[in-house]
Amino acid sequence: MSKSETSQALCAMPTSDEMTYVLRLADNAMILGQRLAEMCGHAPEMELDIALTNFSLDLIGQAALLYDCVLARENLAPNSDVLAMTREQSQYLSCLLVAQPNVDFAHIIVRHYMFVTFQKRQYEALLSSKDKQLAAIAEKALKEIAYQIRFSKAWVLRLGDGTDESHERMVEAVDCLWRYSGELFDKDDVLCSVIGSGLTADFTNGYQNWQDEVSDVFAEATLNIPSDTHMLMGGYLGKQEDHLGHILVDMQYMQLKYPNLEW
Amino acid sequence: MYSTDLRTDAEKKSAGEALRSVEDAAFLAAFQKRIDDGAIIEPKDDMPEKYRKTLTRQISQHAHSEIIGMLPEGNWVTRAPSLKRKMILLAKIQDEAGHGLYLYSAAETLGTKRDDMVADLLSGKAKYSTIFTYPTPSWADMGTVGWLVDGAAITNQIPLCRCSYGPYARAMVRVCKEESFHQRQGYEVVTVLARGTAEQKKMAQESLDRIWWPSLMMFGPSDAGQVSQNMKWKIKRHSNDELRQRFIDATVPQAEILGLKIPDPDLKWNEERGSYDIGEINWDEFWGVIKGGGTCGKMRIRDRKTAHKDGEWVRAAAAAYAEKQERKHSAIAAE
Repeated sequence: MSKSETSQALCAMPTSDEMTYVLRLADNAMILGQRLAEMCGHAPEMELDIALTNFSLDLIGQAALLYDCVLARENLAPNSDVLAMTREQSQYLSCLLVAQPNVDFAHIIVRHYMFVTFQKRQYEALLSSKDKQLAAIAEKALKEIAYQIRFSKAWVLRLGDGTDESHERMVEAVDCLWRYSGELFDKDDVLCSVIGSGLTADFTNGYQNWQDEVSDVFAEATLNIPSDTHMLMGGYLGKQEDHLGHILVDMQYMQLKYPNLEW
Repeated sequence: MYSTDLRTDAEKKSAGEALRSVEDAAFLAAFQKRIDDGAIIEPKDDMPEKYRKTLTRQISQHAHSEIIGMLPEGNWVTRAPSLKRKMILLAKIQDEAGHGLYLYSAAETLGTKRDDMVADLLSGKAKYSTIFTYPTPSWADMGTVGWLVDGAAITNQIPLCRCSYGPYARAMVRVCKEESFHQRQGYEVVTVLARGTAEQKKMAQESLDRIWWPSLMMFGPSDAGQVSQNMKWKIKRHSNDELRQRFIDATVPQAEILGLKIPDPDLKWNEERGSYDIGEINWDEFWGVIKGGGTCGKMRIRDRKTAHKDGEWVRAAAAAYAEKQERKHSAIAAE
């Protein structure tokens, strides 16, 4: 049986915009959690190792709750492991930012700071959701996000305004990763639909506020936001870059090799 | 296990000679009396230099083992078969990292800096537990490592909660609580596999076959009947053989419950001793691992060296930033 046939048999995709949106939230958390898990045992300092794997644990915990939330509303898979770990690459609806590789600690920090400051706004918009379970998941996650913002902001400042080498690395990381920021606040059809249905409030009107906050912190760290950036998008629609495929090879290995087993 | 003395005889002899000090017999006798009276030694107390060095070696070796031990388990974090297992494994490895930091702190109370201890690990001067030089090629190893490796660790570490050196003893209380949880979760992973499909059961058996003997070696070479200086100082409470036997007697019935076979044709219950007899441990393999690093030892140190080197610019940036901030605050205070 080919991989394509296997995953098709194991899992379906949401039919509603609402669950498509929740799947985006779940995949964002899952893929970034998986990326950070790669650092386990390999971070630049022992304390940072614990911090990064702790963030990974937070994110995968959020993803697990969100996958369960999807499955409670649409019967896409027998369980959240199958939903999380057996889809085709094009069926993952995470933004492009979260799959970006752990090039160095500067990339990890810039990626994380950009994501969690965005995620805070996205999850705050869920607090008033008509879906009480989703609102409760967001409320729990926001406590974790608050710490992650504090941690990553502190490291943006240290690395940006540290040594010449750390500054150069941060400039390169910002230059590379800023291109993925546009997708975070893109108000596409799915997002318009779920704002309309009351699943989430509209957080995209906070885009400028987010840019101001990030650019203020970057400025304090002696970093500039690149101008005239051509934004790269498509992850939310399943148009993924090469990076995700490599993440999935590891993440899906056991579920695809040994389908339908209890672990 | 983590705290077994892994030095060769030559290394031990050389260290002993170097430590021959001016400490007089009266001081040593008074110290021994304090130990015999059940005193807990604290960092600021006078202590024989050999006591200090032995504990520094043992605690730092234990810390190194926790940190190196993250790698064979980290090997499966990205491939864990379910969300639940992935989260448990991440949390467990975080615990191990926390033990490492905790133990480095305990060792620092004896006067050696963590940076120096880590430098000794990376240079190969310091040892870590032989068990972590073994590979973890299958998911079942994540269960077996918890069940056997953490199980062996607890067997050794529970008596260390009564070690004569206060900071180490107190660290062990917390470490043992977490290791006990790790052991149970490892056994639960293996239980699910043993009760699963034929393929899963095979996975569990092969893992037990791989890890059984190395886990027995964790207790160190046979030392039955010897009363070492470490025992007199209550750094060590039981012989390696006594602890190994305790572990075997507890573990064999656990394997039987799961229908798994201990890979030892000579294993049998000794009615007279009320314990299991086992076949001969391959000590050539043990010493080979200590001297040559075994299957993964070189890779483990290479990985730690790479992480440390990758961290150089990060540490330099943090130090430079802290200095800039201090200068800024000093300038403001001076205004």
